Amino acid sequence: MNKIWDFHGGIHPLENKTQSLTKAIVTAPIAPQLTLPLSQHIGAPAKPIVQVGDQVLKGQCIAEAVGPVSVPLHAPTSGTVIAIEQRTIPHASGLEDNCIVIEANGNDEWRTRNPITDYTQLDKNTLIKIISHAGISGMGGAGFPTSIKLNTRDDIAIDTLILNATECEPYITSDHSLMREYADEIANGVAILAKIIKPTKILFGIEDNKLDVVDGISAALAQHDFAALTGLATEAEVITFPTKYPSGGEKQLIQILTGKEVPSGGLPAQLGIVCQNIGTAVAIHNAVCLDEPLISRITTVTGDAVNQPCNYHVLLGTPVEFLLAQSDYQKNQSARLIMGGPMMGFALANTAVPIVKTTNCILAPTEEELPTPPPAQACIRCGMCAEACPASLLPQQLYWFAQGKELDKLEEHNIADCIECGACSYVCPSNIPLVQYYRASKVDIRQRKVDHQNAELAKERFDARQERLQRLEDEKIAARKARQAAAKLAAEQRGKEDVKNAAVEAAVERVKAKKAKGVQESPAAKESENQANIIATESDDPIARAVAKRAAQLAEDAANPENKLIRAIDSAKQRVSKSQTRVVDAEANNDENLAIFKQAAEKAEAKLASAQQALIDFRAQSSAQE
Amino acid sequence: MIELISQHPFIAALLALLMLGLVFGATLGFGAVKFAVDGDPIVDQINAILPQTQCGQCGYPGCKPYAEAIANGDAINKCPPGGEAGIHELANLLDVEPIALDDEHGVEDIKKVAYIREDECIGCTKCIQACPIDAILGAAKLMHTVIVSECTGCDLCVEPCPVDCIDMIPVATGTRAWKWEIPDRDPSHNANIIVTDNTNNQNGHAA
Repeated sequence: MNKIWDFHGGIHPLENKTQSLTKAIVTAPIAPQLTLPLSQHIGAPAKPIVQVGDQVLKGQCIAEAVGPVSVPLHAPTSGTVIAIEQRTIPHASGLEDNCIVIEANGNDEWRTRNPITDYTQLDKNTLIKIISHAGISGMGGAGFPTSIKLNTRDDIAIDTLILNATECEPYITSDHSLMREYADEIANGVAILAKIIKPTKILFGIEDNKLDVVDGISAALAQHDFAALTGLATEAEVITFPTKYPSGGEKQLIQILTGKEVPSGGLPAQLGIVCQNIGTAVAIHNAVCLDEPLISRITTVTGDAVNQPCNYHVLLGTPVEFLLAQSDYQKNQSARLIMGGPMMGFALANTAVPIVKTTNCILAPTEEELPTPPPAQACIRCGMCAEACPASLLPQQLYWFAQGKELDKLEEHNIADCIECGACSYVCPSNIPLVQYYRASKVDIRQRKVDHQNAELAKERFDARQERLQRLEDEKIAARKARQAAAKLAAEQRGKEDVKNAAVEAAVERVKAKKAKGVQESPAAKESENQANIIATESDDPIARAVAKRAAQLAEDAANPENKLIRAIDSAKQRVSKSQTRVVDAEANNDENLAIFKQAAEKAEAKLASAQQALIDFRAQSSAQE
Repeated sequence: MIELISQHPFIAALLALLMLGLVFGATLGFGAVKFAVDGDPIVDQINAILPQTQCGQCGYPGCKPYAEAIANGDAINKCPPGGEAGIHELANLLDVEPIALDDEHGVEDIKKVAYIREDECIGCTKCIQACPIDAILGAAKLMHTVIVSECTGCDLCVEPCPVDCIDMIPVATGTRAWKWEIPDRDPSHNANIIVTDNTNNQNGHAA
């Protein structure tokens, strides 16, 4: 038996797992419409390769991966693409995003499948390609593309493959039921993973609240000869450890099973470890041995507001409300709907959102079960959050800095290592929603980095422009000096002492030459000359001009707020008259831009009208106040 | 000579001090030349914090001149694009108290970029000349367009446009731009926050 370690902190919330485990996995019927968000994974959204009206078969690729960090998307059933549009997606924001909507035709007709009979003959790259084409991203929750995680660098030897069957969050039982009913598929997926990664150790981590599946998993794993697959003395071992939240976090599980800590900002691969969820293992088995892409998953539907909690084998894209109806959902009892577990999940904006690749649970609690959080009290510095933090951070300090938006301090206190597990919020006696502060601050920190990069870029471009303008100016001066010198030389040659006269003559000559040449001059050359003139006449710094104007305006506004409106009218009037002259000119010259000028003139008139209206409103308002 | 020194300790002390002075002077002089710093480092540090929009709202023709002005004692609250966060960073750097943004110079706004309605553009190049960072592409009598990834949203191009075809539009929002907000004190605004099966209501306990 492998030794097990412990990690810092952690909590023991009520598990509430038994409700959904009384029944076997139920295959959910096919919903009439399936909505498939293009971004169900971490990375670039997939790009649709079907059009509205296209007929698709089950398992057909409907959107392809864009760039290296992305996964494709497949049709979960046969039917017609009826829309590619913005729909509400399951996301904490409740916003809309691009989705492909498929109307099922009920036949559930597969595309031609070419299952591989003997995957042991395939090499690592072929297997990774199959996995990447099957659209597999991590099924545990984060949804990172699996093929990237498996494509480890050659210079880092991976010696340990960890299978994450912890499922530490309350209520969720999808992995538990998966292990009860799909042990052989899991073991087969593990074998394929072993073939790809070639580890010397395979550790299968299960919390001790799922001991009923250990024998089944051990027996299934024993059917595979891992040593033969990897060419090394590989052994697979099922390890059970005490239940504690959040032992299913990747870094926490690695610490429990190997005693090693993943360094801050580092990846498990640095320690020679690759960690995969068992749901991902099943998806890999399906992709390789059955040629079935990732189009369905096991999702727990539970909570006191559903009368029949259980696990469903459900097609991706199935609306949450459709699945809830299968479980006899009592809408009037439900306080809110949560996708994911009670610790790390998020509330759903509406029930029409679809099941996606990372949806492990739909939780429909009653108000008594998961009450609305009471008002947050002041932090009393009790330090319970620091005791509970599995990443050994100081949540109370982070909370303090997050309130003051001290991003540097937050970074110094390693906020990047926060796994957002919610243990700190759970134990907080003041009911402070601590995790939300960290989530917000993490985004702020990332945004600040992006802003700094952009500012750096803008500065470079500004400097380059300043340098170019300076160079053009210098060239102009140099050319003038050269002309003067040439004139002087000419004057000396002719024995004339009056240099000025010579310069004038030279200038006259230049003009003559130009006139003579002017006949053959191309319009483009003329245009460039015009441009030069414009630049010359407006050589004042545009920034300086804008600044002066703004300062004058602001001073005026401060004295009288009505001025601003009057000025708006003035400038609108000016624009109207300008645009009208332009139209007249254009009509006279038969200009090709006439239509655009006319449009601009109309717009200017509309703006004038609205400005006048604003002034009238303002005056009416101010007189009413008086 | 040695005799003279040994008889007059005052001269010995004087000589010793002189020698020391020469040695240290030479070291300092060498150091000043060898480790000379070009420009004013504090100006560069201030400039690195400023958002480089080059918009001129502070009253200076660009970010660098304002950075120089701050180094010479000007107020740190004249930069609306940098906003409150920028003032905080400047206050930290200069070790002064952060002050509220001076609204005489404008108010903090969401990030916007310029957008040219291309079918209305007549190709006059006026906006190209106004853009401080060359983020507008085009040629005379040909359509112009804004390079969105480069645009800082300074809006200096809007005013010179003769056909009024430039809009300032907010940078694309969506799930990728969305972010969590710092929670509100009012719990009714936080109804969607999870992690609620709290110890106060349940029988669970901390480890």
